[in-house]
Amino acid sequence: MSDMHSHLAFVRTEMLAQQEPPIKEKGIVKWARSNLFSNWMNSVLTIVAFYLIVKLIFSAGPWFANGLWDTSSLAQCREVLDGVRGACFSVLTERWQQLLFGIAYPSDQYWRPTLAFVLMLVAAAPVLFVALPRAMLVITALFPFVAYWLLWGGTIMTSVFLLIGVIVGYLVFTKAERFGFVLGLAAGLIAAVVVWKIGGVIKPSVDGIMVLEPVASRDMGGFMLNMMLGVVCISLSLPIGIMLALGRQSHMPIIKGISVVFIEFIRGVPLITLLFVASVVLAYFFPPETNMDLILRVIIMITMFSSAYIAEVIRGGLAALPKGQYEAADSLGLDYAQAMRLIILPQALKISIPGIVNVAVGLFKDTTLVSVISMFDLVGMIRGPILASTEWNGVYWELYGFAALLFFVTCYSISQYSQWLERQLRTDHR
Amino acid sequence: MTAYTDPPKESFQLSQLIHDTRYRSYTFQFIALVLLLFGLGYLTMNLITNLRVAGLSISYGFLGQPAGYDINQSLIDYNNQDSHLRASIVGVLNTLLVAFLGCITATILGVFAGVGRLSKNWLIAKLMSVYVEAFRNVPVLIWILIISTIVTVMPSPRDFKGETPDAEMLFGIIAFTNRGIYIPKPVWLEGSWVVVTVFILSVIGVFAYRSYAKKLLFNTGKLLPMGWPSVAILLVPSILVYFIMGRPIGVEIPELGGFNFKGGVALQRPLIALWLALSVYTGAFIAENVRAGIQAINRGQTEAAASLGLRPGRIMSLVILPQALRVIIPPVISQYLNLTKNSSLAIAVGYMDLTGTLGGITLNQTGRAIECVLMLMLFYLLISLSISAIMNAYNNRVKLKER
Repeated sequence: MSDMHSHLAFVRTEMLAQQEPPIKEKGIVKWARSNLFSNWMNSVLTIVAFYLIVKLIFSAGPWFANGLWDTSSLAQCREVLDGVRGACFSVLTERWQQLLFGIAYPSDQYWRPTLAFVLMLVAAAPVLFVALPRAMLVITALFPFVAYWLLWGGTIMTSVFLLIGVIVGYLVFTKAERFGFVLGLAAGLIAAVVVWKIGGVIKPSVDGIMVLEPVASRDMGGFMLNMMLGVVCISLSLPIGIMLALGRQSHMPIIKGISVVFIEFIRGVPLITLLFVASVVLAYFFPPETNMDLILRVIIMITMFSSAYIAEVIRGGLAALPKGQYEAADSLGLDYAQAMRLIILPQALKISIPGIVNVAVGLFKDTTLVSVISMFDLVGMIRGPILASTEWNGVYWELYGFAALLFFVTCYSISQYSQWLERQLRTDHR
Repeated sequence: MTAYTDPPKESFQLSQLIHDTRYRSYTFQFIALVLLLFGLGYLTMNLITNLRVAGLSISYGFLGQPAGYDINQSLIDYNNQDSHLRASIVGVLNTLLVAFLGCITATILGVFAGVGRLSKNWLIAKLMSVYVEAFRNVPVLIWILIISTIVTVMPSPRDFKGETPDAEMLFGIIAFTNRGIYIPKPVWLEGSWVVVTVFILSVIGVFAYRSYAKKLLFNTGKLLPMGWPSVAILLVPSILVYFIMGRPIGVEIPELGGFNFKGGVALQRPLIALWLALSVYTGAFIAENVRAGIQAINRGQTEAAASLGLRPGRIMSLVILPQALRVIIPPVISQYLNLTKNSSLAIAVGYMDLTGTLGGITLNQTGRAIECVLMLMLFYLLISLSISAIMNAYNNRVKLKER
C-alpha cells in the first residue's frame, strides 16, 4: 500500500492550515452586510434611518448640552443663552417639589410621601419576587395602614384601629368558615365593622398619640397623586375584578346579568366620562350630609373602571383552564368556594398575570386624565400652576419631557418585570 | 323479581333553600336581586332628595335652547345661535371624524412599525422597537400635549408673506401653519356627478374582475394578471370621462389673504394635534398586534407553501395573511375602539368633539350635569357596542371550524 503512494504524483500528506475568512465575511463587516445592507431595499432603509438619527442628534444634542440648570425664570434663561439654542432645565430644579408632591403639600413634610414610596417598594418586593423570604409579607400586610397614616397624617391610632378591625375580622372569618364561605365572610365583615365602631367611640380619647401634621386630600398632587391613584385603584379593583369575573362565568342568570351589564357598560365608556361623573354627578347619589372629597370620588370611579377591565382579563384566564380542572374539583367533593380558592383561581390568576399587568400599566397612565377635571396631578401641575406662572410660561419641552420620562421609566420597568415573570412562570418545555 | 318502587316523595323544607344545591342558586339570586334593588333604590332616593334640595329637575329642554358659543371646526353649518342639540351633533361628527382619520393613519403606521420590528434590518428593527416602547409607556394625554406643542412651532401664516417668505407652501398647494393645515378643496362643477358615478362603477368593476379572476383560478387553474388590469379599470374610465365632460372638477387652492389663509379646507390645529397624537399612540399598539399575529404563524406554513411551488407574493397573500389576519384583526378592532374613546381627550387641546361641546361648554353653561354626562356615556356606549357587534360577527365568520 505504502509504496503505491510513491508512484502517485500528488498526494497531500499534511492538511492546509485553516484560512482566515475573507474580510467581507467576518467581524463587523459581515454583521453590517447581513444586518444592514443585505439587499438594495435594506440599504436604502438603513441610509435613510441613519440620516434621520444623525439629524436628530445634531438638532437635539446642542439643546441638551446648552441646557441651563440654575436660572430663576425663562426670561433669565433666554438672557443667559443669548440666542443660542438650549434647554431651560432650571424649571425642573426649581419646581421639582411641586412636580412630585403638588403645590399644597407642606414642604417640611416631604419625607412622609418619600418614606411611603420606599415602603411601597419594600412591600411590593415579596409579592413580585417569590425568592424573597415569606416573612416580608408582614410588611406588605402592614403597608396600607402605615401609608395611610404617613400620607394623610393625624394620629396613628386611626390606622391601628383599622388594622385591629381587619385582624379581628380575619380571625372570625377563619373560625366561622366551616359553616360555609359566605357565612364566614359575612361574620368576619360584621366583626370588623363592630371593632371599627368601637374604635370610633374611643378614638377621641387617644387622639394625641403619635400625631403627624394632617394633610387634606385636596392638598395632594404631582406625581405622588398619580402613584396613589394607580396603586390604590389597582389593589382595590383586583378583588372586585375577580368577583365580577366569577359572576360572569356563573350559571345563575341574575348574577351573570348584573356582572355582564356592569362590565360592558364600564368598558364601553371612556374613563373621562366616568371622571365627569366623579366630579359633577356622583355627589347627587349620596345623602346630602355626606361630604366626600373629590379624590375619594375619583378613586371610586377609577376602581370601578379598572375592575371591569381586570374582570375581563381574569375571565380569559378562567376560560383558558381545561374543563377537567373544574370536574376534578367537583369529584374531590369540594364546594364552589373551596374549588375556586384551591383549584381554579390559583391557575387562572397565574395565566392572567401578564394581562393584569397590562391593565395596571394602562390604568397608571390613565391617572393623568384627572388633570382634565382640574386635579393637580403631574400633568395638571404642569398645565396649571407651572405653565401659568410668569416665570415659566412657555417652557413646554422640558416639562413634558420630564413627565414623559417619569412615566416611561415606571411603565417600562413594570412591563419588563411582567415579561420576566412570564418566562419564570412558563412551566412547559421550550 | 326486583320491585321498582317510586322514590320517596320529597317534602320541601325551608332549609333546602340553603343546603340543597338545586334550590340554593335561587336563594342566592334572590338575595342578589334584593340587594341590587335596595342599592339602586337608595341611590335614586338620594338623587331625588338632592335634586329637590337644589331645586333642580331632570329635563332635556335645554337641548332646544340656543348654544351661544362658537365651534372652530364643524362638518355641518353651525353658528352660535343654533341649539345645544345641534352643537352636540357637531360634536358627534367631530368625534367620528377624528376617530375615522385616526384609525386609518394608526393602521398604516402600525402595520409598517409591526413589520419593521420583525425586519432583518437591525437598524430598522431597533428604531421601531424604540417607537413602540416610547409610545406605549407614556400616557396618551402627554403625547397629545407634546404634539400639540410641536404643531404650534410651525410657521405662522405671516411667514408666508412677502417677496422672500420664511415659509413656503408644500408643492405650492398645502400650507402648514401654526393655526392648522390648509389643503386644496375640490370644487364640484356641473357634470361632476357623471365622473363620480363612473368612478364608483369602476371600483365595483375592479372587485368584479378580481373575484372573476379568483374563481377562474380556483376552477381551472388559469391565472389572470391582477395588478395592472385593476389599476387600469380603476383609473382609465374616470380620467376619460373627466376630460370628455370638460374637466368638471376643479380644485380651490388655499391663498394667503390678509393675516390668514383663505379658501381650501382648513384642518384646525387642535384637530391636527389630536389626530397625529392618537394615530402615533394607537399605531404603537397596533404594531404589537401585527407583530404578534405574524409571529403566531408557524414557519412550517411558509415552507409548506413554498414546497407546493407558490411564489413568495402568493405565499404571503394566500397562506400567511389569511391566517395572520385571523389573529390580528380582533385586537386591532379593539384598538380602534380605544382610539375612539381616547378621542374624548380632545378637551385637553380644545378640539370640539362631543366631550368638548356636550360634556364641556354645554354642561358648564346649563349646569345640567346629570343629563349631559348621561347622554355622553350613552353615545360612547352606542359606538362601542356597535364596534363589538362588528367584531363578534367577524370572529364568528373566521372562527376555526372545530369538532
